[in-house]
Amino acid sequence: MRLAFILTAGLLLFCGQPVADCLTRGTGDMGIIVERAAGSLKVVDTTAHKALFQVKGLGDLSHASAVYSRDGRYAYIFGRDGGLTKVDILCGKIVNRVVQGGNSIGGAISQNGELIAVSNYEPGGVKIFAAQDLSLIADIPATEITDREGKRKGSKTVGLVDAPGQRFAVSLYDSGEAWVIDMKNPAAPKIQRHTGIGTLPYDALITPDGRYYISGLFGQDGLSLLDLWHPENSPRLILQGYGRGEQKLPVYKMPHLEGWAMAGDRAFLPAVGHHEVLVVRQGDWVETGRIKVHGQPVFVMARPDGRQVWVNFAFPDNDTIQIIDTETLAVVKTLKTGKGALHMEFSPRGEEIWISVRDEDEVQVYDTDSMELTHRLPVDKPSGIFFTSRAHKTGL
Amino acid sequence: MKRRSPLTALSLAALTASGIVLADVTPVRQAEIIHLLKHDCGSCHGMRLEGGLGPALVAKRFTEWDTDQLALTILYGRPGTPMPPWRPFLTDDEAYWLATRLKEGIRP
Repeated sequence: MRLAFILTAGLLLFCGQPVADCLTRGTGDMGIIVERAAGSLKVVDTTAHKALFQVKGLGDLSHASAVYSRDGRYAYIFGRDGGLTKVDILCGKIVNRVVQGGNSIGGAISQNGELIAVSNYEPGGVKIFAAQDLSLIADIPATEITDREGKRKGSKTVGLVDAPGQRFAVSLYDSGEAWVIDMKNPAAPKIQRHTGIGTLPYDALITPDGRYYISGLFGQDGLSLLDLWHPENSPRLILQGYGRGEQKLPVYKMPHLEGWAMAGDRAFLPAVGHHEVLVVRQGDWVETGRIKVHGQPVFVMARPDGRQVWVNFAFPDNDTIQIIDTETLAVVKTLKTGKGALHMEFSPRGEEIWISVRDEDEVQVYDTDSMELTHRLPVDKPSGIFFTSRAHKTGL
Repeated sequence: MKRRSPLTALSLAALTASGIVLADVTPVRQAEIIHLLKHDCGSCHGMRLEGGLGPALVAKRFTEWDTDQLALTILYGRPGTPMPPWRPFLTDDEAYWLATRLKEGIRP
């Protein structure tokens, strides 16, 4: 009897091969690509330019984003359906998954890697989980507002990022606020509420040093800035003048403020409702230039060395990528990728960029120096690309 | 009764008149519009139309809306919100066809 048990257990272990399927390697040259329609991920090797695993069963991944554990082994994926999924990228497996809200938009990992925060459209607010087992640590409801249909509900929360000091910053879309949530004591979150930051903040970013938190505003010109070193001087409206007196174009896709396209002391930002990239001087936040581009920018991303900025565009111009030289502010190259160029990710030191091309069902890899296509990877309706180098960057 | 601008009233008349010739939306165009709905409308409303920055586009939300009203919202957008006009990309017939599908409860 006992022998039979041991044999059976041994057989089960052999068949399951829970360890043997996992890779033994570093993760520094790995990443994930979201397959938005299939609800799956491709785990990729960025040196070999190939997929290592496909991970299925992540729910609705439209607009999905991801952050990494500080050991670079686990990706936390925020799905549109409120799903928060922890994926072991060395094993290509889901290790934990909770459906934590009705409808979510993204999240962040804390400075020390122990907390995962998720911002929710439905029911609004921010939930904070233990990175280890995804157990709920804190549930922070958003300010209540009355929607157009007369219903009371929590404001949508957007632009959630981590900030130094075990804090998170988040913008409240409907109520026009920005909150800084201090989680040093996870049992008692402290919230600093900045009200009246502007109309309809739709996304936000934090500078790589973790000092400035900037919210893009859909409902008015300009951006709202919090100086986390000097909250007493916050919020400040910056770039109020841009677009004034000009007819704003209809916006078919909201720009993203992920990351921070910096080159020297200049920042590059997408202009909402205009075919322009704005150039801003960091510090006094004065507009120093505007670059005419092919369409309405969605992502404006600087190569890690700051020498180039790559821009993709909203529908119906999402078949094009433009590259801006940050010294001359000239568009030096226009690439046609095929329809649905949704997201871009630089390799950690910037010699390559990977671009999701949704309608071609592929990810295209370009050499950023020659700006030539070097590799293609088949990926089903790709959207977000997230490399493990994000694990060690504030705000990503 | 909501006030309608003359332009809107005119378009509404055109829509209503064209409502009976839905066959004009070819199967190829229908597939393109569903693709647009899923991926481009989906960037705000969610790929499964369950909502995002924009509201969910599910049948129960549209019980109070008539098809013309919905078609006009698609074509001309919703001022004061991020909803843009899709007029450059859709004909009246196509918007009416899409509005009909949305009222029925399409899940692309």
